[in-house]
Amino acid sequence: MLSLDHVSKTYHVGAFGRGRLTAVRDVSFELRPGEVLSLIGESGSGKSTIGRLILRLMAPSVGSITYEDVDIADFGGRALKEYYRHVQGVFQDPFSSYNPIFKVDRVFGMLRAEFFPRVGSEEWRARLEAALESVSLNPEDVLHKFPHQLSGGQLQRLLVARALLLEIRYLVADEIISMLDASTRIDVLNLLADLKGRGLGVLFITHDLSLGNYISDRTVILRHGCIVEMGETGKVFGDARHPYTQDLLASVPLLHEKWASNGDAEPATRRSHELVEAPPLVPVEDGHLVAAG
Amino acid sequence: MSLHVDDLRVYYRTLAGDVKALDGATFDVADGEIMGLAGESGCGKSTLGKSLIRLDGRMRYAGGHVVLDGKELPIWDDEAMNPFRFHNVSIVPQYAMSALNPTRKIGRMIGELLRARGADPRTVESELARRLDLVGLEQGVLGLYPIELSGGMKQRVVMVISTLLDPSLLIADEITSALDVSTQKAVARMLVEFRDRGFVKSMIVITHDIAVLYQVADTILVMYAGKLAEKASAEEIVSSPKHPYTRLLVSSLPEVGVRYEEKELHGIPGRPPSLLTPPTGCRFRDRCPLATARCAQEPPWVEENGRGVACWEAASSQAARPSLVAGAR
Amino acid sequence: MSAVAAPAAAPAKPVGAVRESLYFALRNRKLVFGASVTGAMLLFAIFGPLFARHGPLAYGGDLSLAPTRHGGYWFGTTLQGQDVFAQFVTGLRLAFIVGALGGGIASAIAMVVGFTAGYRGGIVDEVLNMLTNVVLVIPTFALLLVIAAYLSVRGILTEAVFIGLTSWPWAARALRAQTFSLVSRDFVDLARLSGRSSWQIIFKEIAPNMSSYLFMMFILLFGGAILIAATLDFIGLGPSNTISLGMMMQLSVQNAALQLHLWWWFLPPGLALMTIVGSLYVMNVGLDEVFNPKLREM
Repeated sequence: MLSLDHVSKTYHVGAFGRGRLTAVRDVSFELRPGEVLSLIGESGSGKSTIGRLILRLMAPSVGSITYEDVDIADFGGRALKEYYRHVQGVFQDPFSSYNPIFKVDRVFGMLRAEFFPRVGSEEWRARLEAALESVSLNPEDVLHKFPHQLSGGQLQRLLVARALLLEIRYLVADEIISMLDASTRIDVLNLLADLKGRGLGVLFITHDLSLGNYISDRTVILRHGCIVEMGETGKVFGDARHPYTQDLLASVPLLHEKWASNGDAEPATRRSHELVEAPPLVPVEDGHLVAAG
Repeated sequence: MSLHVDDLRVYYRTLAGDVKALDGATFDVADGEIMGLAGESGCGKSTLGKSLIRLDGRMRYAGGHVVLDGKELPIWDDEAMNPFRFHNVSIVPQYAMSALNPTRKIGRMIGELLRARGADPRTVESELARRLDLVGLEQGVLGLYPIELSGGMKQRVVMVISTLLDPSLLIADEITSALDVSTQKAVARMLVEFRDRGFVKSMIVITHDIAVLYQVADTILVMYAGKLAEKASAEEIVSSPKHPYTRLLVSSLPEVGVRYEEKELHGIPGRPPSLLTPPTGCRFRDRCPLATARCAQEPPWVEENGRGVACWEAASSQAARPSLVAGAR
Repeated sequence: MSAVAAPAAAPAKPVGAVRESLYFALRNRKLVFGASVTGAMLLFAIFGPLFARHGPLAYGGDLSLAPTRHGGYWFGTTLQGQDVFAQFVTGLRLAFIVGALGGGIASAIAMVVGFTAGYRGGIVDEVLNMLTNVVLVIPTFALLLVIAAYLSVRGILTEAVFIGLTSWPWAARALRAQTFSLVSRDFVDLARLSGRSSWQIIFKEIAPNMSSYLFMMFILLFGGAILIAATLDFIGLGPSNTISLGMMMQLSVQNAALQLHLWWWFLPPGLALMTIVGSLYVMNVGLDEVFNPKLREM
């Protein structure tokens, strides 16, 4: 189990790092195998930061992230590599995730060099093809190509295949479909749902509520770095209690229902994040917590 | 006002040849109509929008006519289009909100823009103030730098600027794509309000998000691989689409409330064809579950009761819509 | 007419980036011209000394002899009777050595400083920035004078090392900026998630992406080193045990060659310096066009 415990992240900004920007504030939740947890928030909510904290691309300022009851901040070189055997990530921009001057095979080659140095060529090829097939990609179509020769959907699926080559238990999917076309999005989403069925735990970071609702078992709603509501997806979406969640749901454009003609939520000027402390989460029903206040 | 576009073709020059990004578009936009232009990346919708105002120097005009308010727009000539831009046709380009000059305060930038277009800033000052107020921006915004504004505010500023001289036609290119869902609603609503108040007569809203179009547009025109696929009212496109591409696209959109376990949605396998050497016949043929031998010949655009569709199957079977399941996946 | 659906456009043959660059390289006039001229001068520098009949510092020829075939004084002699041709080809060789060595050292330092500052950011970046600024601001001539006062004999090696140690700041700055922009790309994060260490990432992911930039930077440092060496030699701070192009010009000025109409003494070295450095820069402009597709003329 992967769990976050009162995690906060504060950046130093400005000249000589005098200013402070708190991206994540006192966030706690758990990620379990075999389930999809949606982390939903708008831009500036800290959701991507949480993804990067879990992937140990940065360290939390306060709090801890534990994997199987061990704090990941303690991981040194070898332990970190072991961690990456079990936890991997896929990012938003498929074209930025590949070094444009190399062929896409390189991401697999890198993995092989670092994690599977003793695996023979034949067996590696077999494993690679199996991984590609499990994400519905034809090896002939995608291997030995440059990133600009493939589509965004193919590139994203390649990255999922890469993660599957390791025996990962958790996948952090950071807005992985926002740059894909509508017709390919759903296929990548179905892939994630399929992986969940095979025992993988997925942290699905998105700003799109309909997508989150489609595949996730539990949902966390983030706002300005704090959790405002979390719980089973059905309960959070079906019976949203926090006004922010309700506003979000009311703003989603639906396909068969027009927007209700109420006022618009965004304030006229940009306000700095006034909250000093994150409001505590209060359970309103079984499996459903809402921030107080 | 009315816009009439007749067989518009716009290609892009490349080393390897001409990319036929827009290959024959014919449609009308009536006075007061908000038409949504939907499609996926590479379908030609942005090219269509930009060609109406001739914004992109790489485009090569290859044929067709555009008539706005009874006057033909010289879209093949960059200089001749100048007097029309901003006054008759205006555009909010994609990524406009990221393209504001970071070293200019908003008010100064607006002044420079107006002067460049031959308008006197002083005459529109009060109107500008009124409109800023209308969209929920404080007057102080004129004294701010772009970096001090949020995404939604920048988008609103750009929209106010683009419509300041009351153009007949506004082209909005992906203006809600980079916004959060709550700001997206505000900006989309603002589009409708501009039309309702008469700041703009008609609009073409370009986006890949059909759900947003359903909320704000009167009609939706769906494009695929440089050609028009279907045109109908927003309600009809969403509830009873005729073209197989539209049907597959609409059915692949997850809505809040739809879950994977209950109803698994499907995408459209395959990729759009290369526009460098587009296939003959219907361009959706390779991915269409209803394709037959007849589709090797390009289907004509058939218009009836205000609905247009370019598909042999859709045009022939008026009564029963053939099921997409047989042959799909 | 066959009813078979036309296949989707066949996937493009992978166009090797190297092959594409070569294609444009061979067609770029500036690059070809610059490379040819530089190459010619290099050949001259390598093989020229084999043709010199006299040592560069040897006396014995007629004084102030105009260029003549007699005695092998093809470029004439100096006021003191030294062979200008021999001095010229020696100086040419030294110019290339100083360029390669000085430019090479400067490139190496610039890469280390620039990559580290760009990749690490934060406090490391601030410290390296300060170091860069300090080296940038140091008055190199004053420093060299001080060094010259302490060293009894200065060779070409000392000069090259000195140039290398003082001319890297602008290159480090440029590399740092480029590294910054690449580090924020996701493929760097992906490399970290694959267990790669920072130095592996810098040299296997980031540097190859900037290979064209690094190449051009080296050329600029090379040319710059030659120019700086010539300047130092001209004011008398050059190597004390041999003769270089800059020193030739210095001596010719000291001996009033201009007034005495001994044009063969100062014209060859001046022209040579101008030609080498100029053709290097022209080559660089051509390379920029080759590597940057947007600049290519259609």
